[in-house]
Amino acid sequence: MANVQFDLVSPERRLSSVEASEVRIPGADGDMTAMEGHAPTITTLRPGVLTVVHAGGTDEYVVSGGFAEITASGVSVLAEQALPRAEVTQEVLDGMIAAARDAHAKASEFVNEPGPVDDAAKLISDMVAMGGEIGLTAN
Amino acid sequence: MPSLKDLKNRIESVKSTRKITKAMQMVAAAKLRRAQDAAEASRPYTERFNAVMAGLAASAGGSDAAPKLLRGTGSDQVHMLVVMTAERGLCGGFNGNIAKLARSHAQKLLAEGKTVKIITVGKKGRDAIRRDLGEHFVHHVDLTEVKRVGYGDAQAIAQDVLARFDGGEFDVATIFYSEFQNVVSQIPTAKQIIPASFEAAEDAEATLYDYEPSEEAILADLLPRGVATAIFSALLENGASEQGARMSAMDNATRNAGEMIDKLTIEFNRSRQAVITNELIEIISGAEAL
Repeated sequence: MANVQFDLVSPERRLSSVEASEVRIPGADGDMTAMEGHAPTITTLRPGVLTVVHAGGTDEYVVSGGFAEITASGVSVLAEQALPRAEVTQEVLDGMIAAARDAHAKASEFVNEPGPVDDAAKLISDMVAMGGEIGLTAN
Repeated sequence: MPSLKDLKNRIESVKSTRKITKAMQMVAAAKLRRAQDAAEASRPYTERFNAVMAGLAASAGGSDAAPKLLRGTGSDQVHMLVVMTAERGLCGGFNGNIAKLARSHAQKLLAEGKTVKIITVGKKGRDAIRRDLGEHFVHHVDLTEVKRVGYGDAQAIAQDVLARFDGGEFDVATIFYSEFQNVVSQIPTAKQIIPASFEAAEDAEATLYDYEPSEEAILADLLPRGVATAIFSALLENGASEQGARMSAMDNATRNAGEMIDKLTIEFNRSRQAVITNELIEIISGAEAL
C-alpha cells in the first residue's frame, strides 16, 4: 500500500515528518482517517489525539488548535499546540484546561454572545474528553 | 602629561572593558545560534499557514461576508502600531532603528490627521519613542522575564490586539520589528497584520479542497491565529536580529578597546623612557659638575 507524506508542525518546531500509511485526525466536525488517495480536504482541529501509523510503529500526539491539510499524497497538520502523548502529564492537561476555562470566563464576561461562549465551552469539554482518552482525569 | 601611574591604571581599565565586551560578544554569538534555530524551526509552520490562508482568502475573501480581520472595518482612521524592540541595550543601532521607523510612520499618520495608538513590546523601544509619542501609548508588554520567546507570548500579545480590534478601538494594525538578514544587517520592517494580507503562493496550481466545516468558518477560526503567527515570527526575527546586532556591536567595541590599549601602551612606554632619560641627564650633568 502506498504511503502518504505526513508532517506535523507547531509554531515552535517540526515534531514529525514521516511516511505514514494512515493518519487519524481529530477534526472539528469529527474524527477522520486520511490514507493515500484521500480527497483534498482542509479541516480545523479540535483538541484531541492524533494518531499516525507508519512502518516503524504508531505515534500519538496531543494536538489543539490549528488545521490539517490533506491531499492525495500528503497530510500536513499545523497545530498551535502539539505534544507527543507521552509528554502530556496531568500537569500539562490541567494547564491546558485551565487556559480553556480562562478563555471561557473571559468570553462570557466580555462578549456574552452565544457564539464565542459556546465555542469556549466546547473547547473545555473537548479538552476534558481528550483527557479521558489518554487516561487522565480533569479536575 | 599624565603620570606613569595614571597611564597604567587607564590601560588596566580598558583591558577589563575589553574582557567584558569580548565576553558579551561570545554570549551573543551563542544566543544568536539558538535564536536562529528557533526562527528556522518556526518557518515550516508559517509558510504552510500562509499558503493555506492565501488560498482561503482568495476564494472567500472577496465577498462582503468576509470576516473583518480580512476585509478591514471600511475605515483607516485609527491606526494601531505594535512596536517590538529588545529589553536590553548595548546592541548597536537595533532598538534605535526600529524606533526611528515607527516614529516616522506615526508622524506621517498624525500629519494626515489620523489617530495613532501604540503598543510597545520591549522597554528599550518604549524609552526611545516616549518623548515624541508618549501620549499615544495604550499598552506595554514586558518580556524581561521571558528567557526564550514561546508561541504563548505571541498569543498573549495577539489576544490583546484582537480584543482591542473587536472592541472597535482601531481599524488598521501594523507591527514593527527587525528582519534578520545576517549578523551585520538587520532591516527594520513595518508589516500590516490587520486587515490581513497574504501573499499568494508561487505555484498557482490551485487544488480544490473540501472544507470542513465551511470555508467561512475555517477562515474565521484561522484569521486570529494568523495574527498570532505573524507576531510570533516577528518576535523570533527580532530575537535573532538583536543578538546579531549585539554581536557586531560588541565585536566593534572589543576592537576599539584593543586599539586604545595599543595607543596607551605606546604612550606609557614613551613616558617611561622620558623619565629614564631625564634621570640619566641629571646623573651625567651632576658628574660633569664635579
